[in-house]
Amino acid sequence: MTFLNFFISGISLGSIYAIIALGYTMVYGISKMLNFAHGDVIMVGAYICFYAVVRYGLNPFLAVAVAMVLCSVLGIIVEGLAYKPLRQAPSLAVLITAIGMSYFLQNTALLLWSSNPKVFPSVVGRGAFHMFNGNLSVSHITALTIIVCLVIMVALSLFVSKTKMGKAMRACSEDKGAAQLMGINVNATISMTFAIGSGLAAIAGALLCSAYPTLMPTTGSLPGIKAFTAAVFGGIGSIPGAFLGGLMLGVIEIFAKAYISSQLSDAVVFGVLIVVLLVKPAGLLGKMTQEKV
Amino acid sequence: MADPVLKVENINVFYGSIHAIKGISFEVYEGEIVTLIGANGAGKSTTLNTISGLLHPSTGSISFLGESLAKVPPYKIVERGLAQVPEGRRVFAQMTVNENLEMGAFTQSSSSIPEDLEKVYSLFPRLKERMNQTAGTLSGGEQQMLAMGRALMSRPKLLMLDEPSMGLAPILVEQIFAIIADLHRTGATILLVEQNAQMALSIASRGYVMETGNIVTTGTGQELLASEEVRKAYLGG
Ligand SMILES: Nc1ncnc2c1ncn2[C@@H]1O[C@H](COP(=O)(O)OP(=O)(O)O)[C@@H](O)[C@H]1O
Ligand SMILES: [Mg+2]
Repeated sequence: MTFLNFFISGISLGSIYAIIALGYTMVYGISKMLNFAHGDVIMVGAYICFYAVVRYGLNPFLAVAVAMVLCSVLGIIVEGLAYKPLRQAPSLAVLITAIGMSYFLQNTALLLWSSNPKVFPSVVGRGAFHMFNGNLSVSHITALTIIVCLVIMVALSLFVSKTKMGKAMRACSEDKGAAQLMGINVNATISMTFAIGSGLAAIAGALLCSAYPTLMPTTGSLPGIKAFTAAVFGGIGSIPGAFLGGLMLGVIEIFAKAYISSQLSDAVVFGVLIVVLLVKPAGLLGKMTQEKV
Repeated sequence: MADPVLKVENINVFYGSIHAIKGISFEVYEGEIVTLIGANGAGKSTTLNTISGLLHPSTGSISFLGESLAKVPPYKIVERGLAQVPEGRRVFAQMTVNENLEMGAFTQSSSSIPEDLEKVYSLFPRLKERMNQTAGTLSGGEQQMLAMGRALMSRPKLLMLDEPSMGLAPILVEQIFAIIADLHRTGATILLVEQNAQMALSIASRGYVMETGNIVTTGTGQELLASEEVRKAYLGG
């Protein structure tokens, strides 16, 4: 049963990575940039939730909704101020800007909320489900995380495959020039993608801090990098890839912690990533772009 | 004559310091096929992309249906009824044929889409057979048909085609031109850019010959086909 316990923890942690990775991958898909500030949006989302619940006594689920809205707005502002002026710039300039934006958000958080860790109240309390005569226990937040991740995955897949806006997003991801010739407002579509990714980051922030309750201005960094890794692992630009990559990364990390060494777990995670990329450079579900005449 | 559908007046277009379009003017009237021919690098695609609002003229003006297109973003230009089939087709390779056509109808209300899809599928039956395939799996000719069908989905008042014959086998070129001529017969107004001057002039009402950013000659399709100068330069003697 310990194996199963570890596996479920891995899936749960992986679900959080997957939700964050979806934001990375959607933004990469449409603007071909790595938004390194994405991890810090998670942290901002978690702080908004924290204050909404602790100071304003909001219902936790309402607090997450508020955080989603505010983070979406933040995503649109970040894109509009920092990245949009660099659409035609070399990718290195954009990358440096994204790193700068990441530090900007962290430092702003430091000023606003100080470096003192906050104890995040779990959105569903600290209870657990007990199964198999108590041999297997799954905490409420673990179960909720997995369910939320599944719901997001299904909703997002339907959105990009069935709705007009979702299809426009895919069209912009493939060819912005051609998308403009279809009458698609590419700028608005990119803004919307940042908004969705950032809204998801807020959910990830609430789930992450419910499971690991220490909230600091740097809380988003490491999960952000891991989720970025997950997105690359699954095939950056691919939505199912982000989902699969996130889950696998979570499971590998927990197993490595449990069976190898908790200090080396990150090294194992990145080792697996390197092996996968050597065998499949585009990631597990990534498509190698092919040209046709 | 009535007012032109499209009026381009003395536009200059630069890529950084490269002066790609040097003060050209031309018009397209309702119901015409006007062709813009010229060698590779003459500035034909630059002209179309400027009309579509993807590039901006540094001076000069473009008006469509009597209204200026200055400062109008590309997506609004499509809304006004100006569609472009870009060079190299640029279909969305990972989307299905049907989804590509739906993207073409992005500016249209969803209630009119099924009817327009039927029209396009009856014009290009091969696309109907492949409606659920991704566009990347189509042959070059089929992709060209898809690109044209996609542009028609926006119910354009002016259809601009950039080298639809590019890279296609002669038999397919014939087919594509037959379809363009058909569209024209059913009332479409078309601006056709081609390197294949022979084919383009044979179906065109009027033509303009471009050379290094300038329009050097103009006339009816028949006049240009007969012109000594044009024959030498573009029709292989
Ligand atoms: N993106 C670009 N950047 C710089 N120069 C360009 C670009 N696109 C085209 N040009 C130049 O502008 C001129 C006209 O090109 P283009 O309009 O593509 O010609 P055509 O379509 O007639 O073959 C050429 O000299 C070409 O090299
Ligand atoms: Mg060209």
